[in-house]
Amino acid sequence: MAAVQPSHLRALESESIHIIREAVAESENPVLLFSGGKDSALVLRLAVKAFWPARLPFPVMHVDTGHNFDEVIDFRDRTIAELEANLIVASVQEAIEQGRVVEETGPRASRNRLQTESLLNAIDKHRFDVVFGGARRDEEKARAKERVFSFRDEFGQWDPKNQRPELWSLYNGRHRNGEHMRVFPISNWTEMDVWQYIDQEGVELPSVYFSHRRRVFERDGMLMAESPYLRLLPNEEVFEAVVRFRTVGDMTCTGGFESRAATVQEIIDEVSISRITERGASRADDRTADAAMEDRKREGYF
Amino acid sequence: MTELVRIATTGSVDDGKSTLIGRLLFDSKQIFEDQLVAVEDASRKRGTDYVDLALLTDGLRAEREQGITIDVAYRYFATPKRRFVLADTPGHIQYTRNMVTGSSTANIALILVDARLGILEQTRRHSFLASLLGVPHLVLCVNKMDLADWSQERFEEIVDEFRDFATRLDIHDLRFVPISALEGDNVVNQSERMPWYHGPTVLELLEEIHIGSDQNMIDVRFPVQYVIRPHRREYQDFRGYAGKVAGGLIKQGDEVMVLPSGFTTKVRSIETFDGPLEEAAPPMSVVITLEDDIDVSRGDMLCRPHNQPHASQDIDAMVAWMSEGPPLKVGAKYGIKHTTRWGKAMVKEFQYRLDVNTLHRDETSETLSLNEIGRVRLRSTTPLFFDEYRRNRETGSFVLVDEATNVTVGAGMITGEGS
Ligand SMILES: Nc1nc2c(ncn2[C@@H]2O[C@H](COP(=O)(O)OP(=O)(O)OP(=O)(O)O)[C@@H](O)[C@H]2O)c(=O)[nH]1
Ligand SMILES: [Mg+2]
Repeated sequence: MAAVQPSHLRALESESIHIIREAVAESENPVLLFSGGKDSALVLRLAVKAFWPARLPFPVMHVDTGHNFDEVIDFRDRTIAELEANLIVASVQEAIEQGRVVEETGPRASRNRLQTESLLNAIDKHRFDVVFGGARRDEEKARAKERVFSFRDEFGQWDPKNQRPELWSLYNGRHRNGEHMRVFPISNWTEMDVWQYIDQEGVELPSVYFSHRRRVFERDGMLMAESPYLRLLPNEEVFEAVVRFRTVGDMTCTGGFESRAATVQEIIDEVSISRITERGASRADDRTADAAMEDRKREGYF
Repeated sequence: MTELVRIATTGSVDDGKSTLIGRLLFDSKQIFEDQLVAVEDASRKRGTDYVDLALLTDGLRAEREQGITIDVAYRYFATPKRRFVLADTPGHIQYTRNMVTGSSTANIALILVDARLGILEQTRRHSFLASLLGVPHLVLCVNKMDLADWSQERFEEIVDEFRDFATRLDIHDLRFVPISALEGDNVVNQSERMPWYHGPTVLELLEEIHIGSDQNMIDVRFPVQYVIRPHRREYQDFRGYAGKVAGGLIKQGDEVMVLPSGFTTKVRSIETFDGPLEEAAPPMSVVITLEDDIDVSRGDMLCRPHNQPHASQDIDAMVAWMSEGPPLKVGAKYGIKHTTRWGKAMVKEFQYRLDVNTLHRDETSETLSLNEIGRVRLRSTTPLFFDEYRRNRETGSFVLVDEATNVTVGAGMITGEGS
């Protein structure tokens, strides 16, 4: 018998597995986006469970800005090797070199927004028709509005005002050639659910999630990791601190904070008393404007 | 053990649905500081002199600009007992289909009424839709009591009027609470301004309503989603059928019948990544292996030989139309998705369109346009294995898809076999 777990996690797990199987059953060429973050690690775990004892019936894709934490890339490669899965890397660096996108300049330059082009380019090149993502509705208000099976036109765009009705657990993944579906199996999970599940299941995560000593500098109230990809502004100064990261993305837009939480249980304790959302605490990319996420999503972002 | 409970808010425009959800989150301390700061900023920009908690769920640019809810927003919160999924649905008549969407999986519908205005057309429409969609528990929240002098008389007037209307609906569990979503009375905390009310607050109700029997635990229904053939040495001969239990309790060793083939066999095992189970019930996702090597594929259904669903190509159903495009009419063909099965369906007969305000059946009408509901007879290319929607929401529901645009255009609730 399986380990006893709170029934809401069981229910969420079952819902996610159902979604993943449904998407795979009705597509020709699915792919799972994997950033090395906790949400994509969770989706990967659920996908493995969905098809067990068969192997994962689709490849895993990482949109690599080239500005990642080394720990995250290590984790990615280890995880993929253990699963004997097939990894595709869509490289933003390559897109820049080929002149498909132009790199931002200045101390606040980030490749975050450039990821959209690399993602859409790879979807087109590999003819993926279902793209699994780890977005959750509790993360952000535009995401709170998105369907589980979210239609993208041939330009990869999302039209929030024209979404397909999605009733019961009857998902409509039909689309024409060149269009695709983004499928979000953990739409209904909260950050706390994710941590509780990770704790119960012993899901492995990159070490940057846990408290560690690191050279950082302060920007916009967050502690940014010192790296070759971020230039310091005149008043900024590097110092050493004991930090952890609550989300992991590109180093140029992911901020950490001081924390002593070194185990999943300690993180759960920390999250349960936190008064700030994970995006508010650690994502420079969402701070630009009230509707920043809605705008990026319309263009085809994750 | 925390239970997952799904709630939808419904009611007419501006009755305070979004505000109520904002208040529930706020008073149960489930709002984060940065979210609150963002909402305060946005409220100030719009010139409201209080913090507009509706902005917590109205997340799209167009919604904030117009101050209304357009699409369903999902919010989440937890108490030690329960983990809630809240669907905030729009009240505007133009977006009724989004209300239907948000209610389709709800255990509880919170119906909001403005105490000054009482029961409106849209209140009746939404209450009817909630009952049609089989939401098992309805809570009528008489809101804006602050603008009705906290009057017990006014509350009781509305309760009586609603009770009267509700007798014509199929509602098994109906509760009433007087509240002020804006000021927080009887939402999470007991109101001091309505000492005449001794019942539970909205949150207390949400925590206490018994939802254990909302799912069908009697009729075994297992729509096959995916066939698992590992092609790995350790699992050479493994052949499993993946799916989510849609009804009943399936046990290892049970005799089962496969539809449409009609073969019977036994459940050899119920498998999961975490190990085998002795039994599985809704809404568990599992893998079932069978004793005999028979042909089973996606779209097939496992059931007990002495408790089979209806199997028919002809079905009668209530259909809610969700498309701005061409209306539903006799002779039209659509893609149909029912459980894990896709097929084509043709409208054979238009029985009536329902006036959702008066519940009058208009038998002279012949079409359904956006947001309209009616009863039709459909014929599908392949037999469907179904139960009446009232008996099982999973095996009694379907969606219709426009084959030219691939858009979901209709939501159907099966009333029975067409004959
Ligand atoms: N005085 C008073 N005003 C309220 C109360 N609840 C809501 N309001 C106000 O009523 C207006 C509409 O509230 P919303 O929560 O946006 O209404 P809604 O039902 O979500 O509206 P739609 O989603 O567009 O159908 C807002 O200005 C609220 O501040 C209340 O209890 N008392
Ligand atoms: Mg609203």
